[in-house]
Amino acid sequence: MTGRIESTFQRLRQANKKALIAYLMAGDPTLADTERLVLEIEQAGADIIELGVPFSDPIADGPVIQLAAERGLRSGTSLRKILAMMKSLRTSTQVPIVLMVYYNSIHAMGLETFCREAGMAGVDGLIVPDMPPDEAGPLKGPAAAAGLRLIFLLAPTSTTERREYVAKESQGFLYYVSLTGITGAKIQNMAEVGKNVGKIKKVTKTPVAVGFGVSTPEDAATVSAMADGVIVGSAIVKQIAAHQQSSDMPEKVGRFVASLKTAMNQLA
Amino acid sequence: MKKVPDSHGRFGPYGGRYVPETLMPALLELEQEYAAARKDRGFRQELAYYLKQYVGRPTSLYHASRLTKKLGGAKIYLKREDLCHTGAHKINNAIGQVLLAMRMKKPRIIAETGAGQHGVATATAAAMFGLECEIYMGTEDMQRQALNVFRMRLLGAKVTGVDAGSRTLKDAISEAMRDWTTNVRTTHYILGSVLGAHPYPMMIRDFQAIIGQEARKQILAAEGKLPDYLVACVGGGSNSIGLFHAFLGDKKVKMIGVEAGGTGIQSGKHAARFFGGKPGVLQGTMTYLLQDEDGQINLTHSVSAGLDYAAVGPEHSLYHDLKRVQYTYATDDEALAAFDLLATVEGIVPALESAHAIAEVVKLAPKLKKSNVIIANLSGRGDKDVQQVARMRGVTL
Repeated sequence: MTGRIESTFQRLRQANKKALIAYLMAGDPTLADTERLVLEIEQAGADIIELGVPFSDPIADGPVIQLAAERGLRSGTSLRKILAMMKSLRTSTQVPIVLMVYYNSIHAMGLETFCREAGMAGVDGLIVPDMPPDEAGPLKGPAAAAGLRLIFLLAPTSTTERREYVAKESQGFLYYVSLTGITGAKIQNMAEVGKNVGKIKKVTKTPVAVGFGVSTPEDAATVSAMADGVIVGSAIVKQIAAHQQSSDMPEKVGRFVASLKTAMNQLA
Repeated sequence: MKKVPDSHGRFGPYGGRYVPETLMPALLELEQEYAAARKDRGFRQELAYYLKQYVGRPTSLYHASRLTKKLGGAKIYLKREDLCHTGAHKINNAIGQVLLAMRMKKPRIIAETGAGQHGVATATAAAMFGLECEIYMGTEDMQRQALNVFRMRLLGAKVTGVDAGSRTLKDAISEAMRDWTTNVRTTHYILGSVLGAHPYPMMIRDFQAIIGQEARKQILAAEGKLPDYLVACVGGGSNSIGLFHAFLGDKKVKMIGVEAGGTGIQSGKHAARFFGGKPGVLQGTMTYLLQDEDGQINLTHSVSAGLDYAAVGPEHSLYHDLKRVQYTYATDDEALAAFDLLATVEGIVPALESAHAIAEVVKLAPKLKKSNVIIANLSGRGDKDVQQVARMRGVTL
């Protein structure tokens, strides 16, 4: 079945373009801001939105996103409130939205309840950073029934066996972690990124998006030449944090996202 | 009882491997390397050598006759892990894992620490083998365990404060996991308790199982029978699983795990996972957690930094559900009273963690017959806690 994620990658491929996947932490600084931000960055050129669900103990995240999660929790954001906001968003946009959510948040709500409600709220896929496909068994059925794609990650440390296994399991797209580390660190070796994405593309037709450490328009342009999509997280979250006091914060963040997209398009 | 964990690292529904993909290859490598080391006679002999000559094993099983008399019930034995080099059972695991790190040719060691005992043990083992060592510790714990911070630095380790969340053990583990994710190619992460992703809970249990293996032989020699009760404190749960493991097949041996009751369960300021916690996933494993209804992890409290943690080892969760082990708790006040009691009656200053086990013995022993036997695990000594207890009593040292 073709969903919003698949048709987005299809449309971009036909136009010889790459996907810009923009990350926001839900509820940072408030959920109302997040709703405005999603619409703003879609206008600015984001093709897919990755929405972080704030968690108290985010082991895969660096300091920038840890702080964003703290702000999200302080503003009273919960998974249920995020899904309610999503429902309202779906009256004004059809941009693909995937949740980046730690396993315990899903588990606490109940896998089936969560998947059903996420599907009804218009969520397209899930990235669960602390759930490798090895542990995804119980989530697969409920996710499929709700039309949610399970997007898995590959890393520079992944072996050939894991590359094949994870590539086979991942739906919608594959998330290649560009560096050995946590979100927001700096990519040290662009050539290695290209080489590893090449290896993944040999074993799967699923689009490959590269994230962790893409922070500037130049990075985005370089990475978009290597992969089907570019994921930018910490750099956008930093913009939100820097401008959270100003009334035109969403527009400012939108301009940054537009600069990423422009750089990517120029290279294409 | 069925052998746990299974090949996926599952203890019944608990355990598993909930980690970022970056760490999966390292965990799979560690699992393989550990399986090979276990079968390797050379490795086992080397470990046994260091445990005997360096750690000072076997530790004694001491009949606490004055405590027995004072409580007026069951005969009380203390397994003296406090006599291990560095002052606690933590060194059993640290030495085992440092030897594994050397097999895997990883020149750098990292660890988290709560009370500082695991940090000191790791820094010690790293110093002895000449490995680089960095220890993560919550800044709240650094304050209440300042002595151990300085000890780790004396041993050549870098101690890095973690200023996130509750600034205690949980946050130190998250930061150590982030370091490991970043430096996994050169670094081995020595987790200090039966927590985290497979194979850690199994491997650490195996390294600590020597406590119960010795105690079983020692009690049979001393009493000619098995004990009626085993009592141990449960933070992550490595000293308790270490004592219990050799007795799991002995159906008549009852086991009690003592969690940190803090200022009482009603107050919400505690770390008793089996009293108000429910299953979930934290830091790599599925287990009982103190969490709110949205799955956010609760802040915990205990007078003892080593028990102050929101999750319990997954194997304990299984034994809780199977009712093989009975879990209870001791409050801060009960632990402090037991701390004083053991010091004045037996001349042993226990670690505040171990004082929770003694607090349970104080409740249990008078209810039993004189012919009953209790073994309590004295998992560590209290030198590290002297400053904190003095401060709590308003004494300036």
